[in-house]
Amino acid sequence: MPRISLTVDGSPVSGDVDVRATLLDALRERFDVTTPKKGCDHGQCGACTVLLDGRRHLTCLSLAVAHDGAEVVTAAGLGEGDELHPVAQAFLDHDGLQCGYCTPGQVCSAVGMLAEADGTPSHATDDLEAETELTDEEIRERMSGNLCRCGAYPGILAAIKEVAR
Amino acid sequence: MRRFEYARPRTPQEAVDLVAGSDDAAFLAGGSNLVDHLKVGIASPGVLVDVGGLGLDRVEETDGGLRIGAGVRNSDLAAHPVVRSRYAVLARSLLAGASAQIRHQATTAGNLLQRTRCVYFYDATTPCNKREPGTGCSAVDGYQRYNAILGASAACVTVHPSDLAVGLAVLDATVEVLGPDGARTLPLADLHRLPGDSPEQDTTLAHGELITAVTVPRLPEGAVSTYYKARDRASYAFALVSVAAVVAGDEVRVAWGGVAHRPWRATVLEEALRGGPLDEETVRAACLEELAPATTGPGTAFKLEMVTGATAMVLTDLAGRAR
Repeated sequence: MPRISLTVDGSPVSGDVDVRATLLDALRERFDVTTPKKGCDHGQCGACTVLLDGRRHLTCLSLAVAHDGAEVVTAAGLGEGDELHPVAQAFLDHDGLQCGYCTPGQVCSAVGMLAEADGTPSHATDDLEAETELTDEEIRERMSGNLCRCGAYPGILAAIKEVAR
Repeated sequence: MRRFEYARPRTPQEAVDLVAGSDDAAFLAGGSNLVDHLKVGIASPGVLVDVGGLGLDRVEETDGGLRIGAGVRNSDLAAHPVVRSRYAVLARSLLAGASAQIRHQATTAGNLLQRTRCVYFYDATTPCNKREPGTGCSAVDGYQRYNAILGASAACVTVHPSDLAVGLAVLDATVEVLGPDGARTLPLADLHRLPGDSPEQDTTLAHGELITAVTVPRLPEGAVSTYYKARDRASYAFALVSVAAVVAGDEVRVAWGGVAHRPWRATVLEEALRGGPLDEETVRAACLEELAPATTGPGTAFKLEMVTGATAMVLTDLAGRAR
């Protein structure tokens, strides 16, 4: 079995993984990193989203062996010590969740989205060359890769808007 | 999932030789489509050759236009300043596809080589000539909403799922390919094929041929372009129909997505509209000519009006902006 090394939430991990293992399965089953969740396992729901080398990424559609040496940040690694990341805090403040299963993916996706918004147009952008203004429509479009079966979208939108401001 | 050997070559030629040297080998790029195929058993290669480390990830401005590395991520290409300012149809076709996470992962060539999302292709318990040649087509008389209306065959009625391919079709893009016998280029229009009696072949590439770059010629001065996609959800869904268009002086270029096994360049319509007025009535008449060979079933009849209405909307809008 191939051996891979990752940095996960600031800590180095390494070990042998099945060549067929997705990054999600390697994180959860091999390295006991259970923050990213397995929802659909087909790239449709976004529950497995982490920041991979700084960008939001679906771990369920990635082979672990192809990401040897990568830096992974999960929702658990976003804050400073006991302090929650502002996006995670805003999700709590605005009831941006009900059951919470999609939340680690939502939070990582929102953090990645806010970081990339400047300089990246979206399908909802009228002027491709203008500076991004994170309207409700823009946030909804940019977060469309994360589903919430409880339907907490109004709270998720409010949380992201507060941080984007 | 079948166990496979994983190889990470250092050069494109090494990658090509590895895949060409084994019938059982396949290229792995971003993986957003192939990894899913491995899981559901649509693909079961014995060797996976990762082309992620080959340095094919640059967008270069050339004298003639743009040269886009095969490994450039969809999100990076859509955000490229030159793409945003001069190739709106390219940026918009990319941004209409998938989700932000997948656009970070998916590559230019991988997007072009993604396979159909026909529900029967994905369901290994049903007959599908594309997945298993000779078993039959479940979609002809099955769930038809995403089926083709142009260029289909009795063997396969599916459509190509890429938005980017439709955007590139209208830009007259060229594909650079490296194979075991050396490099060649082919027009993007010749990359994807109609299903005929061999729908298992999506493209004209031979086994072991690797797309290394896509080149896009400069658009004429004053050209305006866009991409419109009609779908069942506001975001993150495949096209029911889509329209890529360029208007440059007397020249009108249109390609349709969601209607055929490959991006459908509407050459009959283009000829009918050359130099003429781009008003609703004229565009609709040209669409009718282009759609003359269309065949529809109860589940796809709506596409005739949908693609006609979308084309009229897009072209009248572009004509207004081109003035």
